[in-house]
Amino acid sequence: MKKLLSGNEAVARGAYESGVIVASAYPGTPSTEILETVAAEYPEIYAEWSPNEKVAFEVGVGASFAGARVLVTMKHVGVNVAADPLFTMSYTGVKGGFVLLCAGDPGMHSSQNEQDNRNYAKFAKIPMLEPSDSQEAKEFVKMGFSISEQYDTPIIVRITTRIAHSKSLVEMEDRVESEIPLEFVKEPRKFVMIPAHGRLRHVVVEDRLKKLKEFSEEIPIQKMEIKNPKIGIITSGISYQYCQEVLPEASVLKLGMTNPIPKDMIRDFAGKVEKLFVVEELDPFLEDQILQMGISVQGVGKLTGELSPDYLAEFFQNKVEDMKIIHPTPSEKMNLPARPPAMCAGCPHRSVFYTLKRKKLTVTGDIGCYTLGVLPPLETMDTCVCMGASVGSALGIEKATGRSDNVVAVIGDSTFVHSGITGLVDMVYNKSRGTVIILDNDTTAMTGRQEHPGTGVTLMGEETKRTDFIKLAKALGVENTEVVNPYDLEALDKAIDKAVNSDELSVIVTNQPCLLLRREKRTQIAEVDLASCIGCQLCLRLGCPAISVISSDNKKVKIDSMLCSGCMVCADVCKSKAIISISV
Amino acid sequence: MDKVTNLILTGVGGQGILTASEIISEAAAQAGHDVKKSEIHGMSQRGGSVNSHIRFGEKIYSPLVIKGECDLLLAFEKLEALRMADFVKEDGNIIVNRQQINPSTVINGTAKYPENIEDKLTSKYKSVIFIDALNIAKESGNIRTANTAMLGAASKLLNIPADIWIDVIRMRVPERAIEANMKSFQMGLDIIK
Repeated sequence: MKKLLSGNEAVARGAYESGVIVASAYPGTPSTEILETVAAEYPEIYAEWSPNEKVAFEVGVGASFAGARVLVTMKHVGVNVAADPLFTMSYTGVKGGFVLLCAGDPGMHSSQNEQDNRNYAKFAKIPMLEPSDSQEAKEFVKMGFSISEQYDTPIIVRITTRIAHSKSLVEMEDRVESEIPLEFVKEPRKFVMIPAHGRLRHVVVEDRLKKLKEFSEEIPIQKMEIKNPKIGIITSGISYQYCQEVLPEASVLKLGMTNPIPKDMIRDFAGKVEKLFVVEELDPFLEDQILQMGISVQGVGKLTGELSPDYLAEFFQNKVEDMKIIHPTPSEKMNLPARPPAMCAGCPHRSVFYTLKRKKLTVTGDIGCYTLGVLPPLETMDTCVCMGASVGSALGIEKATGRSDNVVAVIGDSTFVHSGITGLVDMVYNKSRGTVIILDNDTTAMTGRQEHPGTGVTLMGEETKRTDFIKLAKALGVENTEVVNPYDLEALDKAIDKAVNSDELSVIVTNQPCLLLRREKRTQIAEVDLASCIGCQLCLRLGCPAISVISSDNKKVKIDSMLCSGCMVCADVCKSKAIISISV
Repeated sequence: MDKVTNLILTGVGGQGILTASEIISEAAAQAGHDVKKSEIHGMSQRGGSVNSHIRFGEKIYSPLVIKGECDLLLAFEKLEALRMADFVKEDGNIIVNRQQINPSTVINGTAKYPENIEDKLTSKYKSVIFIDALNIAKESGNIRTANTAMLGAASKLLNIPADIWIDVIRMRVPERAIEANMKSFQMGLDIIK
C-alpha cells in the first residue's frame, strides 16, 4: 500500500519498520515532525524530547550501547550542539544501529544560518546517505541501520527542507524487530574513551573508512544512468529531482551515499560523458572532492541560498544543444510590500519588547518566536546568535562595559532549558549584576508548540515533573527573582526597573502561555471607541497585527475582531482610554 | 494522465492554506496520480506569506513548480496573488479570493498596499476568477471554511473526480464542521462556469 507522506513522516516510518526502540530529539525546523510522528503513530518506539540536541544524542549513545536501534533527529545547527558526542561516537561505534537524521535549511526559511552539514560526515569520518524524496527517506533510514551495524558506526541521513516538508508517495512495509539483545555488556576498550583506548579506536575508524569507500562503490543507491552523453551531471538529494525536471535527457550519476564518495564510479562516469557538471546545494562538497581527483568538472549551485529548478534552467540555458531543456521565465520586479512574519495578535512577548524599547535598553536575544522582536515597530533585539547565547552575551557586555543597568537578556522557556541554564550558572559564579528575562509561554512555540521539561508533559503525552524556573534560579544562587504577568504593563515596567537597577543578579519570569494554546478560550476582545480615539497611533507601536489605521484619510485605528485575543495590552497603552473591552 | 498539473496555493499564515494543499494532494493521490507537494513550515507561518506547491501527473520529479509553468494559482489573498502571478503560464488559471490582509509593513506605514490588483491581474492573464470566499464561508455557517470554498472552485479545473474530493474533505475536517465544509465546497464549485 502506498501513502502520501512528508519526508519527515517517511523517516519516522523508516525507523518504525527498522525496529527502532528509542528515538530522541530536540525540536527544530525542518526536523520537528519526525519525532511528533513517531510519538503519535508508533507506540512501539520510546520517543522523547530531550532538553537539547547533545542530550538527545547521548540518550541515543546509551540506548545503542545497550543494543537498541536508535533514531536521533535534529536540525542542521543542532548538530553543532551534539558534535561533541558525535565525534567520539565515531570512535566507539555502536551496538544497536544508530541513525542521526539531520535536516538542513538551505535558504534559511527558519534558521540562523545555512551551514552545509555534509561536512560533518567527512569531519567525523562516518557514512552519510542523502535521500531525494519521501520513498528514499524511508528506504535510506532502513539502509542506514544495516550499514551502522555492519560497519560499527553511527551514520548520518541528511535531508533538507525540500525533502522534510515535501510530500510524495511511499510504499508501506511491516516492522521487523532487531535481533540484537537488549542489555548493556561491559566492553571498556570500545565504550570508555580514555586516551589509551581512543588511540586504538582511531585506527579502527580509519580502517572502517577504507572499507566504507569500497562499499560506496557497490551500494545500489549510487545510480548511473547514461542517456545523452553530451552532458553528465553528478548530484544528490533534492538537487537530483531538479536536474531530472530541467534536463530530463542528460546523463546522471545520482549519489545516494555521499560520504565516502565512490571515486571509481565517478571516474567511470566522467569517462562516459563529454561535459561533466556537479549540481549541489550550498558548499562545493562533491565538486572539491572530484577536482581533487584530477577530474575536470564544473560546479553548478549557489553558495548562498536555496537551489531551485528555475536557477538550473537559467544556468544550463545556453550550455546544451540537441537536448530537451526547460526554458526559464524571467521574474518580474514588482516592488510589492513584503509580508514578514510577526508575533501573533495577543502574543505575551509583545509587551515585554514594548517595555524594553521604551527603556532604551540593550537586549541580547535568543532563538524563538520572540526573535521577531527585532522587526519594526518593536525593533528591540540587539543580538541573536544561537540557542542560549542571550545569557552569556549579556554577561560579556556587562564585563566589557562595566555596566549591568542598561542590558537585559531575553530567552524563551524551551531555549532556557536547552542551553540558557549554564549561562545563568556563569552569571551567578562570576558575580553578574545583570538581568535575565525568561519569556515562559509554556511551550516550544516557534517549531509548532512542543512540550519541554518546563511544561510538565512528555512527548508521549504523559504528565511528569515540571522544571520550576524560579526554584532553579534560586538554587543556583540568584537572589532577585520575580514572576510577572506580561499583560500587566505596570507590573512589568516596575519589575524590569527594579531588576536592571539592582546590584544583584535578577531573573524575571513572564508567565502567560502562548496565544496559540488558548486563542479558542477568549472571553473578551478589544474595540476602539471612535469618539474617544484621537488618532495618535500610540497603539500601533505595539506592532499588533489586529490593530490598523482605518484608512489613509482617517488616522484613527480599528481592531480586527477575528484576530484580537483580548489581551487588552493596547487598552493600557492608549492614553485616551479609547480602547474598551467587549465580552464575547 | 500523461500531462503534469502544476498548482500553487498562496496566501497568509492562518488562512488554512496548508490544510487545503493537504486535501488537494491527497485527492490527487487517490485519483491515481503521482503527487509531490512542497511547502515551508516554521517561522514563515507567523502571519507571513505562505506558499504551497503541488504537482501531480504520471511521474513527478521536482516538488517545486517552475516559474511560468503553473496551471492554476489558487490565491487566498490579493497581494499574494500578485506576488506569485509570474509563476502562472500564459494560458493558466488564477483563482483569487477577494480578501485584503494588510502586511505589517502596510500597517506600520512603511509600505502601501498596491491598488487595482484585480485590474493588474486581468490585464495580463486570460483566465482570472475572483471569488468572495469569506462571504461563502459565512453563508455556509462556518467562517473557517473559506479555504474549502477555494477548493470547490479549484476542483472544477482539476482532473480529479468529484466523489474523491468529497471523501477526502470528510476525512480531513472536524466532524462538526463537515456540513458547512460541504456547503462551502459546493458554493465555490458553482462559481466556476
